[in-house]
Amino acid sequence: MADQRVMIVGGGLAGLAAAMKLAELGVAVDLMSLTPVKRSHSVCAQGGINSVNALTRQQGDNEWLHFDDTVYGGDFLQHQPPVKEMAWWGPKIIDLMDRLGVPFNRTEEGFRDQRRFGGTLFKRTAFAGATTGQQLLYALDEQVRRWESEGKIRKFEFWDFLGPILDDAGVCRGCVGQDLYSMEIRAFPADAVIVASGGAGLIFGRSTMSMVCTGGAASRCYQAGARYGNAEFVQVHPTAIPGADKLRLMSESARGEGGRVWVPRKPQDSRDPRQIPDSERYYFLEERYPKYGNLVPRDIATREIFNVCTHEGLSVEHDRLCVYLDLTHLPREMLDLKLGGILEIYEKFQGVDPRDVPMKIFPAVHYFMGGLWVDYERTADGGLKLGSPRNQQTSIPGLYAIGECDYQYHGANRLGANSLLSCIFSGLIVAPSVQTWLKSQSKAAGEGRATLYDQALKREQARHDALLARSGGGENPYLVHHELGQCMTRAATVVRYNNILDEAYGEVQEFEQRAGRASLSDTGSWTNQNVVFTKALEDMFPLAKAILKGARLRDECRGAHFKPDFAMPGIAATEPAARRREAEAWCDRFEENNRRFLKSTISEHGADGEPQISYEEVDTTLIPPRPRLYGLVGAEVIEEVWNQRQARRKAAGGDGNGATAKPAGVAAGAH
Amino acid sequence: MTQTATHSAHEHTNGHAAEPRTFDVRILRQDGPGEASYWERHRVAYEPDMNVISVLQRIAAQSETVDGRQVTPVAWDCNCLEEVCGACTMLVNGRTRQACSALVDRLLDEQPDGIELRPMSKFPVVRDLVVNRRRLFRALEKIRAWIPVDGYYELGPGPRQSTDQQRTAYPLSECMSCGCCLEACPQYQKVELRPRDGETAEDFKTREDATFDRSFIGAHAISQVRYFNSNPVGKMSADVRLEALVAPGGIQDCGNAQNCVVVCPKHIPLTTSIGWAGRAATVYTIKKWFDK
Ligand SMILES: Cc1cc2nc3c(=O)[nH]c(=O)nc-3n(C[C@H](O)[C@H](O)[C@H](O)COP(=O)(O)OP(=O)(O)OC[C@H]3O[C@@H](n4cnc5c(N)ncnc54)[C@H](O)[C@@H]3O)c2cc1C
Ligand code: SF4
Ligand code: SF4
Ligand code: FES
Repeated sequence: MADQRVMIVGGGLAGLAAAMKLAELGVAVDLMSLTPVKRSHSVCAQGGINSVNALTRQQGDNEWLHFDDTVYGGDFLQHQPPVKEMAWWGPKIIDLMDRLGVPFNRTEEGFRDQRRFGGTLFKRTAFAGATTGQQLLYALDEQVRRWESEGKIRKFEFWDFLGPILDDAGVCRGCVGQDLYSMEIRAFPADAVIVASGGAGLIFGRSTMSMVCTGGAASRCYQAGARYGNAEFVQVHPTAIPGADKLRLMSESARGEGGRVWVPRKPQDSRDPRQIPDSERYYFLEERYPKYGNLVPRDIATREIFNVCTHEGLSVEHDRLCVYLDLTHLPREMLDLKLGGILEIYEKFQGVDPRDVPMKIFPAVHYFMGGLWVDYERTADGGLKLGSPRNQQTSIPGLYAIGECDYQYHGANRLGANSLLSCIFSGLIVAPSVQTWLKSQSKAAGEGRATLYDQALKREQARHDALLARSGGGENPYLVHHELGQCMTRAATVVRYNNILDEAYGEVQEFEQRAGRASLSDTGSWTNQNVVFTKALEDMFPLAKAILKGARLRDECRGAHFKPDFAMPGIAATEPAARRREAEAWCDRFEENNRRFLKSTISEHGADGEPQISYEEVDTTLIPPRPRLYGLVGAEVIEEVWNQRQARRKAAGGDGNGATAKPAGVAAGAH
Repeated sequence: MTQTATHSAHEHTNGHAAEPRTFDVRILRQDGPGEASYWERHRVAYEPDMNVISVLQRIAAQSETVDGRQVTPVAWDCNCLEEVCGACTMLVNGRTRQACSALVDRLLDEQPDGIELRPMSKFPVVRDLVVNRRRLFRALEKIRAWIPVDGYYELGPGPRQSTDQQRTAYPLSECMSCGCCLEACPQYQKVELRPRDGETAEDFKTREDATFDRSFIGAHAISQVRYFNSNPVGKMSADVRLEALVAPGGIQDCGNAQNCVVVCPKHIPLTTSIGWAGRAATVYTIKKWFDK
């Protein structure tokens, strides 16, 4: 048999981890990326990466608790075995990255230092200054360069993945790519293709994500028949700096160190904020949540900031939405010492010193929990069967997905500092799985399939040529994209209403048609960014529609998906017996809701171009679902009723293995 | 999540009474490698909080010059838009820097009659503002910029390190391969090869690599030698990197002009690294001479 090769699409943390591990296993690897891999979006991650460690262990922490926090934070919407396995790998992954030379912060004694993040009580997060993602990515990039120098990995940087190549049996046998400089389109035979293309921020116009996060690669797999899971779960971070080109993240630590969020009581008060007296300022988080103040959990902070600007019309500015995040009352020395790094970002991009002038911030789309559906094989004790060819395999045999572009690890909401972990983890474990898959194939992909590759190439060439041949005077793709972003941001971010989702769906269909009439201002055949962008734009619509339809059909609140019309209010009664009755009813409704909606949304790209939605049962056999009661009126009585129910079930031999309701105050967040 | 992008010019809230409604951008364009370059002038409506990337986005959407000519969108490189990926380096008002962190308000203060954009001059132009910086990554391969670990199986943590060690290493590890230090360096000369007729892509790459390897590696790579040679495990293979440092194109090509350190956006102590590298190279050469 001729030599087998694996194509990896994307060189962020996930793609690079897979590449280096495959190379170690002796598999020949090709690595395709829109940017030089060292410039991948993973460099943006600042906060850190989670794992249990020697210190937290002695404070009562263990892998099971990390697993539990992740599942609880994700509102139970993820299959538990892969998440469990990931939690167990956490410490090993940090050790590995340490050996690869990541300059993690150190304690006085020379151990790795850890910080605390949202959604847990333990200091589980390892970090390297304020650039953890960059440092992790560089360490993997270095290892991949090492294999490249030995000829074991070939890189195709500045290449665009145009889609997988499937044979008649529907098995993936390679992919088509396009050179962004020469515009050459080429078919790459590959015995397995691993997609590691990251998130799809550009569907929402501007987000905290990088410019190559178009979702194009995942969408092309989806359009080729791969199933897409939980599309509607999109995390919105409460505090980002609105910019004309991007929404840059402003870390939660600004509030952690005493930052206060407010708006002028007089709508769009044009005075210098420092001239507005305290009595004319509305510290809406502090007023509405006296207990937690500015440090309410992220989903709540996000919703409140959004509401105050949209429904209450109190945005600081007329023509764009933002609130003040104020640090000016805090001593400068303290700010420099503790927040220096993030304040520099604000200063650098806004040209204003946040130590003197309140920052203007607004929530921004930040992370996609949903993504390509992937399989796994579980062991009897609820872990993953390592090396199973099913792990991370999409619904197309031979096509794998890892990192942010898969749907596997974060359910309805991602916990801070868990993404870097899931990216490296899925990258490492996909390697032995792919190796097993390769062994099961009787011949190398490239053997005797010349026509298959030829046809795939011609198909993509035809799409490309047709775009260039469009007559002038049509729609402007950049403007259509701008409108798409506005529409998606309005309908499918912080709060969702069915009528608005319906409207947005219609609008997106219109945008799609308009994009089909877009004409290019560049019809050349050298480094034509115009045509590459237009293709990516066209491929945003299938995913945009999957997001909207998934959200439309999910009539509940879960994690990042919030529909006020279906929220479950707390307990209104004051008399003990009535309170109990209400709590019983609340728990009944909670269980009934889970029976209906504790399921992954699965989209398939229909022949008509519209998403076909079905639902998949979630494996919750390890930790039974329990309510998230944070901030709810009457949480204590609901918790009491819930725990009694679970105890009764357990006594009766049911599935109640220890699922007590979580005490209020432990909130999930993300970074 | 805000609806900017098309709102009109209005009074800016922090300072500057009368902002210009529009401003001009002069761009040095080039249609492809080896072709002649030419200037083009675009006019952009002023918006608050603009950076050079958003200016280029507006220009791409307009695709029309000041005198109303329809033109192809200007090509440029970018990704993170936070000055952390290194993609968007170009000459903005004559200075090498990142387009994403070059703010329009500041640029117009510097030069009120408009903004000037040029591609980096030390790398071959691919198109317009896009240059080919493969040589920069090749230098990292030449100096073997990695920790040669035994493998990726579970072997426990890395060695313990002092806070001092971490504080010295961390700034060096922030190098984002942007190339500013190379653009500013008088010793770093542009290397531009074109494929010969009938030459395969692989053969061209081999020939190009060989040429890169003979040419100056630049301040960023010198600093990376220091980074890896100060790592407790990297130290064990220090000589391999020192060998690359004293090879043709190595430290001896540095004229100590110190332009590099001034332009590094990450404030990497490049001259300290160069000083260290000079001493390390001398010691290494003497040692080699004695070991003969
Ligand atoms: C501002 C910010 C801060 C964050 N901070 C944290 C944090 O502190 N902790 C944490 O755990 N998580 C954090 N996250 C999330 C985390 O950074 C990402 O989820 C993670 O880096 C994604 O890695 P990835 O490998 O999946 O993809 P990416 O790093 O996005 O890489 C994608 C790769 O795919 C390539 N690609 C994409 N499309 C194509 C195509 N069509 N053809 C060819 N190649 C393609 C790209 O070139 C790139 O190489 C943060 C995210 C943001 C936005
Ligand atoms: S010190 Fe050396 S590397 Fe830096 S600019 Fe001068 S010659 Fe170039
Ligand atoms: S040393 Fe500085 S200027 Fe040079 S490539 Fe690295 S970050 Fe850029
Ligand atoms: S776009 Fe990444 S540095 Fe400017």
